[in-house]
Amino acid sequence: MALGTIDWAILALYLAFVLAIGLLAARRTKSGSDFFLAGRSIPAWVAGLAFISANLGAQEVIGMGASGAKYGIATAHFYWVGAIPAMVFVGVFMMQFYYGSKARSAPEYLRMRFDEKTRGFNAFTFAIMTIFSSGISMYAMAKLIQTLHVFDIPFQHMGLPQAWIFHAAIIVSAVVVLAYIYAGGLKGAIYNEVLQFFLIVAGFAPLVWLGLRQVGGWHGLQVALGPDYTHAWRGMAHASTNKLGVDAFGLVMGLGFVLSFGYWCTDFLIVQRAMAADSMASARRTPLIAASIKMFFPFLVILPGMIALALTASPLAAAHGGPHATPSVAVGAATPAASQGIIPLKVDSATGKPALDSHGQPQLDYDLATPNLLLRYFPTGMLGLGLTALLASFMSGMAGNVTAFNTVWTYDIYQAYLRKGASDGHYLMVGRLATAIGILLSMGAAYLASRFNNIMDLIQLVFAFVNAPVFATFLLGMFWKRATGHGAFIGLLCGTLAAALHHGLTLPDGSIAGVKGGWIMVQHIYPSEMAQNFWTAIWSWTTCFVVTILVSLVTRPHDEEQLVGLVYSLTPKISEANVRWWANPVTVGVIVLIGAVVLNIIFR
Amino acid sequence: MTFDIRLPIGLLFLAIGALLVGLGLTADAASLRTADLGVNIDLAWGGFLAAFGLAMIGLTALAKRGAGR
Repeated sequence: MALGTIDWAILALYLAFVLAIGLLAARRTKSGSDFFLAGRSIPAWVAGLAFISANLGAQEVIGMGASGAKYGIATAHFYWVGAIPAMVFVGVFMMQFYYGSKARSAPEYLRMRFDEKTRGFNAFTFAIMTIFSSGISMYAMAKLIQTLHVFDIPFQHMGLPQAWIFHAAIIVSAVVVLAYIYAGGLKGAIYNEVLQFFLIVAGFAPLVWLGLRQVGGWHGLQVALGPDYTHAWRGMAHASTNKLGVDAFGLVMGLGFVLSFGYWCTDFLIVQRAMAADSMASARRTPLIAASIKMFFPFLVILPGMIALALTASPLAAAHGGPHATPSVAVGAATPAASQGIIPLKVDSATGKPALDSHGQPQLDYDLATPNLLLRYFPTGMLGLGLTALLASFMSGMAGNVTAFNTVWTYDIYQAYLRKGASDGHYLMVGRLATAIGILLSMGAAYLASRFNNIMDLIQLVFAFVNAPVFATFLLGMFWKRATGHGAFIGLLCGTLAAALHHGLTLPDGSIAGVKGGWIMVQHIYPSEMAQNFWTAIWSWTTCFVVTILVSLVTRPHDEEQLVGLVYSLTPKISEANVRWWANPVTVGVIVLIGAVVLNIIFR
Repeated sequence: MTFDIRLPIGLLFLAIGALLVGLGLTADAASLRTADLGVNIDLAWGGFLAAFGLAMIGLTALAKRGAGR
C-alpha cells in the first residue's frame, strides 16, 4: 500500500496545524502558571475533550481494538464498568479538592494533605512511570508504522534502509511534540489534544461505518462471531465461563473500582487537564463532559477489532473458541493484501515462525487488527486521514505524559528537593528543559523497549504495583480526616509490596513463571492474565487501605484547621442551588451513570 | 484572552474535507475502491468533514460577534 499525494498533503496539513497551535499558545505563555497550569484559563468543553484525548494514546486505540478482537464486546467493561463511574466520581467528589486546594499537581496535593515523604514517593514513581509510558507509546507507534509498510516506497526512493523508518517515526513525532510543548506548555498540549480528538473521531468513525456495512451491521457481527463475543455480561457468574477469565466480583472490584478509579481519579496526567480549567465549576464539569462522550468510545475503538476478527474468520480462530466462518488468515503478513484475512498470525521475532501458545496453537497478532482494517478499507485520501488519526492518537498520548512529567519534575522534585525559592522565570526555564529531557529519556525508553523483548511486560507490571494502591491513599486522604502522613506512606509501601507478593505467588494459565508471575512460587493459577491483574490490584489496594487506617489510628492526627479545603468533612459544601440542572455536576453525573447502565443492559 | 480553538479545527477540517471531495470527484473508481465499498467514501466523508469545518468556523464567528457586543 503506497501513499498518494493527497495522503501526504493531509499528514503535512496536520503537522503544520499542530505546530501552529503550539506557536499560538506560546504567545500567551509568559509565566510558570501559564506553562504548567495553562494559566487556569481553559473552558470546560476544551478541558473535557483534552481529558479524553490525553488517554487516547497507542494503548487505547490499538490496544482496545486488539482486545475487541480477542475478547469481543466484553472489552467495553473498561468503559461502562471502569472509566465512566470513575470519571463521574472524580467530577462530583474529588475535583473540588484538587482544584480548590490550589495544588499544582497531584503529588503536591499529597504534601498538603499528608507530608513530604508521601509526596516524594508519589512524585518519583510517577515521574519514572510517565517517561517509560511515553517511551512505550513511542516504540509502539514506530513499530506499527514500520510494520504497516506504508513508508517503504518513499524510503526506497530516497535510498534509505527500511530500518530507518523506525528511527524516523520516533524522531519526527518526538520533535513535533517537543516543539509544541516547549513553546506552548500545557496550553499548547491541551489545545492540540482537542484538535487530535476530532481527528481521531474523523479517522475512525468511517472505518467503523464501512466495516459494519461489510459484515452486515451489528446483527451480522453477532452471526459471524457468536454470542460469546457480542454479549458483555454472558458467563460472568464464573471465571471459567467467559472469555476474560474473571468473575463479576473480580471485574467490578478489580477493574471497576481499584484500577479504573486509581487511574481516572489519581493519575496526574489525566487530572492535570481538569486542574487547568478556568473555574471550579469548569473543573468539576470537565470529567463529566469527558464521560458523556467517552461512554460511546467502545463503538469507535473496540468495534474495529471485532469487525477485523469477523472478516478474518478463520478455522484457527474457531479453534480458539472464536468465530464461525472460514476463510484464510494472513500468515505473517502485515499487509492484508497478501490474503483474505485481516488479522495476521503473530510471528516470533527470534525465529521468524508463527508464535505458538502453551497449547501449541498459533496465535493471532491482535495488535494489527485495527491498523490492517484501515489499510484494507480506506482508499487513497481516506488512508491519509486514517494514518493522521493514528499519528494524532500517539502524539496526544505522548504529550499527556510529557506535560505531566515536566510539572511533577519541576514542582515536586526540583523545587522541593534541589532548589527552593527560585524565581518563577527560573522554574519556567527548568520546565522547558524538563520537557526536552523528558522527551529524550522517552526516546531512550523506546529504544530500550525495542532491544529487550520482556521489558514492556516488566514495565507494565511495575505500573500495576505502583498505581493500584495510590487510589486508597487519595480516597482516605480526601474522605477521612483521621488519616495521617505516616499512615499514608506506610500504607503505600505495604500496598506496593502486597502487589509484588501476590504477583510472585500467582500465575496465569498457560504462562511460564517469571515476568508473568510465580517468581517466588506458584500458589494459585488464574484462568487469564487479566484475572491475575485485577486480583493483584484488589490485594494491593486492600492492603494499602487497611494498613493506612491501622497506622493512622496509632499516630498523631493532623490539626483540623490545616485540613480545611483538603478533606470532605472539613470543607464547606459547594452550593448548587442557583445552578441550572445541566450545569449541576450531581445531576449530570447521575444522567451519565444511567447512560452507562443502559449501555450495559443493551449489550448484556 | 484565550484563542478560540474552533477556528484552527474548522480550517483544518475544511481543508482536509476539500482535498477529499476534490479527490472523490476526480480520481478513478478503482483507486477510490467504490465497487469494493459500494460508496465513494472520499467524496461522502470529505463533504461531511468540510461541512463540519464550516460549522466550526461559523461558531467562532458567532462567538466573536457575541463578544464584540
